[in-house]
Amino acid sequence: MNFDPSEEQRLFAASIERFVARDYTFETRRRVVASHDGYSRDVWAALADLGLLAVAIPTEYGGLGGGAGDLTSVMEAIGEALIVEPFLATVMGSRFVARTGTLEQKNSLLPAVASGKLTLAFAHSEQGARYDLAHVTTRARKTGAGFTIDGDKRVVLHGPCARTLVVSVRLAGDDTDQEGIGLFLVSTDVPGVSLAASRTLDELRAADIFFADVHVPANALLGETTCALSTIEDVVDYATALVCFEAVGAIRFANSATLDYLKTRKQFGVPIGSFQALQHRMVDMVIEYEQAKSMASLACATVDAETDPVRRKRIVSAAKIRVADACRRVSQESIQLHGGMGMSDELKISHTFRRLTMIAQQFGDADHHLERFASL
Amino acid sequence: MDLNYSVEERAFRDEVSEWLRDHLPADLRQKVLEYRHLTRDDLQRWHSILAQKGWVAPSWPQQWGGTDWNVVQRYIFDEACGYAGAPPLVPFGLLMCAPVLFKFGTQAQKERFLRPIYCGDAFWCQGYSEPGAGSDLASLRTTAVRHGDRYVVNGQKIWTTAAHFADWIFCLVRTSPAAERKQDGISFLLIDMRTPGITVRPLILMDGEHEVNEVFFDDVEVPVENRVHDEGKGWTVAKYLLGHERMNTARIGTSQRELEHLKEFASMQRKNAKPLIDDPRFRDKLSHVEIELMALSITNLRFLDQLRGGRAPGAEVSMLKIKGTEIQQALTELMMEAAGPAAQPFAPVAGNDRFDRFMASLAPRYCNYRKTTIYAGSNEIQRNIIAKHALGL
Ligand SMILES: Cc1cc2nc3c(=O)[nH]c(=O)nc-3n(C[C@H](O)[C@H](O)[C@H](O)COP(=O)(O)OP(=O)(O)OC[C@H]3O[C@@H](n4cnc5c(N)ncnc54)[C@H](O)[C@@H]3O)c2cc1C
Repeated sequence: MNFDPSEEQRLFAASIERFVARDYTFETRRRVVASHDGYSRDVWAALADLGLLAVAIPTEYGGLGGGAGDLTSVMEAIGEALIVEPFLATVMGSRFVARTGTLEQKNSLLPAVASGKLTLAFAHSEQGARYDLAHVTTRARKTGAGFTIDGDKRVVLHGPCARTLVVSVRLAGDDTDQEGIGLFLVSTDVPGVSLAASRTLDELRAADIFFADVHVPANALLGETTCALSTIEDVVDYATALVCFEAVGAIRFANSATLDYLKTRKQFGVPIGSFQALQHRMVDMVIEYEQAKSMASLACATVDAETDPVRRKRIVSAAKIRVADACRRVSQESIQLHGGMGMSDELKISHTFRRLTMIAQQFGDADHHLERFASL
Repeated sequence: MDLNYSVEERAFRDEVSEWLRDHLPADLRQKVLEYRHLTRDDLQRWHSILAQKGWVAPSWPQQWGGTDWNVVQRYIFDEACGYAGAPPLVPFGLLMCAPVLFKFGTQAQKERFLRPIYCGDAFWCQGYSEPGAGSDLASLRTTAVRHGDRYVVNGQKIWTTAAHFADWIFCLVRTSPAAERKQDGISFLLIDMRTPGITVRPLILMDGEHEVNEVFFDDVEVPVENRVHDEGKGWTVAKYLLGHERMNTARIGTSQRELEHLKEFASMQRKNAKPLIDDPRFRDKLSHVEIELMALSITNLRFLDQLRGGRAPGAEVSMLKIKGTEIQQALTELMMEAAGPAAQPFAPVAGNDRFDRFMASLAPRYCNYRKTTIYAGSNEIQRNIIAKHALGL
């Protein structure tokens, strides 16, 4: 047993913490989310300079070959600072490519991701799919030397800034069949692709993406497979483990801001933290943090080491359930204990509330994962 | 024991519902049902319709426009309006300032202020909370110094709902900073929002909406005749108002409507190719809220029954506030949850003409409703009140 980070992990942690303290204050973030693109190219370049975009890329393609365990400190910092740049979406996209891509696909995409030149997004979710990963109605038919794609994707996170999308499509079978799903690499500037962009509650950019008669060459099919569901599950589990650590960072911020407030806010001539009714609730929030962090750690270790998909799914679902409950409880309590100030857009705590609310449902809410956990 | 309304009460409820069906404008109702922002004009329109019918201020003395309904009828009326999807009435004039004037106001004050409140010509806001005085209201620091026949007011109020469109504000201010008990140096002033020296600054809440404000007073001159009750008696006035809270703080009617809406919405959403409402996990959560609401509606009626005799409500109001707001919050949370991933979008980016505004209103509404356990005496303060005054702890 060893819960200590490795030397390399310690260095990543130190560099992202330094970066956030200096260059990603809440005021900076406020400007970034209000900007035209909703994310900052300068920040992205800085993350690349720190080597953070290369961590998860295999060494043969210009990366550091790290796993989820090496990304925990980055995810924690993202959660704590509410970083809105497309880090997780790009990690997901590159994992798809690294896991199933052809040599040519890997060579053309992964070094570009590692150096910060390319951001990716996963266009998967559809109307009525809820959190069911096998629900894919966007169709691809073989036409001539390539394929033609038709269908709609909903709320693709970071879709508006991605130059390349990993798109799930149905090549065969019915709308929710386990078999017959494929993945395509599609540039957003191909004719027939249109985007309707929005800001999300947690101030990310997302897009509904419409594919109408979109022609792609045969080599756009990722890994030449028509049986991509297990890959999708693998990548989404990996991302779920990572987002659990993002939640841990956000919860840590919520707790420290609330604790600070309890100690400094005075009413009735005393700090409100002297009221036992509030002390117990603060204590419960801290226990939530510890429990969430344990499960996030377990999930990250599991997606790195576990080869049995059933055991992996069980652990990842367990982590997501526990973390979703912590997100909900800590976010709600942190606002309540801040009183009116907690409701204000001006304070970072209300934005952390918004992110925690969305993390609770990202990649499946607690009910979805309870169902999966119980069935395995 | 009979848990049903009497024949007369049922007839009254039907009369009210029928009238609402005929007179609640469809566009206003639609706005309420779709959780859209209500403008001052919207609020005023509905206010005027009720005023013309003579139903805008049921609890007022009859000579001023009250309906002479008993507590149960008043409750039935409020809940029917909530259930029908009527816009809320802005409470600060009708239900806060007016009762204070009836109890403590001079004849001149009543004649000057009550009619415009009744007709909806004057909107009011409530200037109690300050940056340093929230739950501990008595520590407020906005001062009013008397110069002849005027007070000069300096200080700041915060969280003032509707100050950006209100015509008047009633304020608690400190008139004798030296008073031994801090409660004793407070007075109750009525201030015209157009008076020079008042600045209103918007405070945006986490759902992006503008409903509350900061109000700054910089040498604001207020005629002494705008003071209600004696100088230094402001705390007595404020406490009277607290004891006069209405019995519909639980908002049963509104929650019943929201619950039905949630059921309908959840049967349209799909999970695993079936309606979400058939999913046992979701259904259990929904059922728990439904049962809690069922219990609270009977609790509310029991409390009303006990109050028929005219006793002023006490801890009951606090209990209804706690449970009522918890249910309202649970309903907004389940609506958001029912929408699933579709609840993520918040606002369209330029050029997006396919944006679903209703779906995008659910998560912000969940955020906004966190306020209900904080304002009007936080739920912690309500529990303190019950512990202290009802249980003697
Ligand atoms: C949307 C909104 C609208 C509002 N509208 C108005 C308005 O129109 N006019 C107006 O005057 N005010 C208004 N308010 C202000 C509201 O009344 C205050 O927010 C409320 O009284 C709480 O005060 P506070 O925000 O200063 O929190 P604080 O009093 O600082 O409380 C912070 C936390 O400590 C808890 N706490 C405080 N004291 C105790 C105690 N003794 N024991 C246990 N817990 C305690 C509170 O419950 C809360 O959780 C509004 C507030 C909101 C959010």
